[in-house]
Amino acid sequence: MPVGRRLGVLFRQQLHHHNLLPRAFSLSPSRQSRAYSRPPPSNRKLNLPIDFNASCLLAHSSATALANPELPGDVRASTTTKKMNYFQAVNDALAAILEEDERACIFGEDVAFGGVFRCTTSLSDRFGSQRVFNTPLTEQGIIGFAIGLAAQGHTALPEIQFADYMFPAFDQLHNEASKYRYRAGGAKSFTSGHLVVRMPTGAVGHGALYHSQSPEGFFSGCQGLKVVIPRGPIQAKGLLLEAAQGAHDPVIFMEPKILYRAAVEQVPTAPYRLPIGKAEILKEGKDLTIISYGTMVYICEAAIKHIEKELGVTVELIDLRTIRPWDKKTVEGSVNKTGRCIVVHEASRTGGVGEGVASEVAERCFLRLEAPVCRVTGFDTHVPLAFESFLMPDVAKVFDGAKKTLEY
Amino acid sequence: MYSSKLVRNFSPSMPVQQHKPVRQPPHSDSIHFPGAVKSKFTSALQFQSPGGAPAIPTYRLMDTDGVVIDKSNVPKVGKEMALKMYRDMVTVSIMDLIMYDSQRQGRISFYMVSAGEEGVAVGSAAALEPDDVIFSQYREQGVLMYRGYTLDEFMNQLFANKNDYGKGRNMPVHYMSEKLRLHPISSTLATQIPHAVGAAYALKLNGSPNITVCYFGDGAASEGDFHAALNVAATRACPVVFFCRNNGYAISTPTLEQYKGDGVASRGMGYGIDTIRVDGNDIWAVYEVTKRAREIAVTQQKPVLIEAMSYRVSHHSTSDDSFAYRAKDEVEDWKRRDNPITRLRKYLEAKGWWSTDEDMALRSSLRKEILQAFSRAEKMKRPPIKDLFMDIYEEPTEDLKEQMAELKNILDKYPEEYDLDSHEGGKDGL
Repeated sequence: MPVGRRLGVLFRQQLHHHNLLPRAFSLSPSRQSRAYSRPPPSNRKLNLPIDFNASCLLAHSSATALANPELPGDVRASTTTKKMNYFQAVNDALAAILEEDERACIFGEDVAFGGVFRCTTSLSDRFGSQRVFNTPLTEQGIIGFAIGLAAQGHTALPEIQFADYMFPAFDQLHNEASKYRYRAGGAKSFTSGHLVVRMPTGAVGHGALYHSQSPEGFFSGCQGLKVVIPRGPIQAKGLLLEAAQGAHDPVIFMEPKILYRAAVEQVPTAPYRLPIGKAEILKEGKDLTIISYGTMVYICEAAIKHIEKELGVTVELIDLRTIRPWDKKTVEGSVNKTGRCIVVHEASRTGGVGEGVASEVAERCFLRLEAPVCRVTGFDTHVPLAFESFLMPDVAKVFDGAKKTLEY
Repeated sequence: MYSSKLVRNFSPSMPVQQHKPVRQPPHSDSIHFPGAVKSKFTSALQFQSPGGAPAIPTYRLMDTDGVVIDKSNVPKVGKEMALKMYRDMVTVSIMDLIMYDSQRQGRISFYMVSAGEEGVAVGSAAALEPDDVIFSQYREQGVLMYRGYTLDEFMNQLFANKNDYGKGRNMPVHYMSEKLRLHPISSTLATQIPHAVGAAYALKLNGSPNITVCYFGDGAASEGDFHAALNVAATRACPVVFFCRNNGYAISTPTLEQYKGDGVASRGMGYGIDTIRVDGNDIWAVYEVTKRAREIAVTQQKPVLIEAMSYRVSHHSTSDDSFAYRAKDEVEDWKRRDNPITRLRKYLEAKGWWSTDEDMALRSSLRKEILQAFSRAEKMKRPPIKDLFMDIYEEPTEDLKEQMAELKNILDKYPEEYDLDSHEGGKDGL
């Protein structure tokens, strides 16, 4: 791994110091072309850049943000909102956790100066270097340390710099964090439940093999862990607070890094929690259900516009939000209404979340299904630098999947 | 629940990030690169060779006949405590024999004895404070015994009955105790070492006067988690004592196939950790070394590494026949020539604190007590069937509730296919 890690550092420095991240991630039509990427062909109709500023999935006004029925009444009634991008919302949530819980600690590689993605900016200054600190470069050490800290009753908020690098800690996550309470017979003082592992995930356009992975499928097979992937700033803040302060279960908190600067919305300034284990119906429809999470919900939103316009149907869009345990009831209810279903995720198809969703839908909605469950996913390849756009689910692929499913 | 004195109590020895620029001054005789600031320049091209330095010495207080070597340095333990330590070692060794045989008879599924290492466990445990937090591997029965784990508690775990703290979920020998601050044992080697570091950091944050102690074998020290843990403990200055039981074997692998350096102790220095090697068959040496290590960890808020040398007299476990890879006479030789229990007995006898008659009486009464606990535990029912599903999450998920219903349905339809009566509450225990 040394070579890979060194490249990782270069990549991170590039993102940070040259500020490539916001431009690379904004995907706006007016973006500057760079030596390594050409402007899209002008005759594209489907795979156009996502305009996050126009997405209905983000709250662009204070009123929209506070209209969210999942927010507690007092937050909706009295709080103000502030424009935040994804990493700022994560930072805001982390600050709220440290503020309220003196036992909470944040640690990982390079978190003290603010993190390579700026998620921990100013926290070390504000809460002290004993609560927000760098660790040596060792993922298994970070998670092992976090479990011990949590097992002594502290809230441990470790960061793994990229989800691609969680594998050295996989033993600690799967054999230790996930089993601690169980093997201790539920003993109150021996749990790893006060543990939230944050890790940036997903493709960014040029992350190649080791800065693009979506390993949630591996975690979905870990009994005892919860896996959360928020789609935007409001979700990130509310779900992170719930992960740290709600039920004491270890949570893998995956942050799609392409959204860190791209997804911007009005976020309530007061602390609030959103439910883990509940999907959210983002748009109602009656002919087709599209199930997705993370970055892909924006691709689905764009695809749905074309599907509805060109195929004359209405589509229901569901954000799973929690990958484990996922909300089977909401999905079941939707597919039993529409009779057709597509699952969209950027992780590879085999071993991906779509397998579980498709088999549960087949089992639970068999009599209502009018077409096979369609999966639009990453291919069963790695993520190679020059081919990312062919590999990722996009508007064309989702549109095509919908068309086939509707015409079945 | 958590007082605001946390930050106030925070140890001043906590490393603070240095932001001073590191520069190489002109004409300096040593290097000032950020990675190593005290290294002198040399024009002699010479590799540092591991053979160049003598092996780290092994501390001992008494010889194999239980005679104190340096009369000015006698064990500081009185009669009562010495006898408790002896009794605990003997109890473990008798329990080991009984449970080993009971596994052979198929009455428990698995067992691991700690023959030859009773002194390491009891000697170190005796040097700790009751509230020190312990993470162990699996061959530290003597630690639990010294802390007050009862024979019933041992047996309940081994028989996986309804009184087992782990609710019958773990293999035998995977003990735990909330009351005694013994974290649950897992089979995965070395994973507990970074846990102990994180827990030590928690104690440090709380301004606690306690430390964590982490036991592991020489084989486990080859795992990445050992490296990760020692490095994190040193850089975060955590009050933890790493206690390596170097017994010469990791299952069939002798230490000469495990590492090439001077044991495990030699690595401690590389991490910037105070390190010592001790004769693990000398209970007084183990006791003194642990006591001093604990003191360093508490007062200086930093980690310490102890490597206790011993010999694994027993098979690795009941699933292992060690004569497939080592000579029987090698083992017999160790049993006869040097044994922590015999050594302490000789010491006690020389002091006039113990006699052959007392020894025989103790052994026979312990045997009786152990067999009584054995039969109490063996008769007890297993935990209710619902405990299969509980504690995966704080609350069972919808999925788990559905799966419980699924099992219930199967048990209703095919009750004769399952051993329901051995579980508390039978079918209704779900």
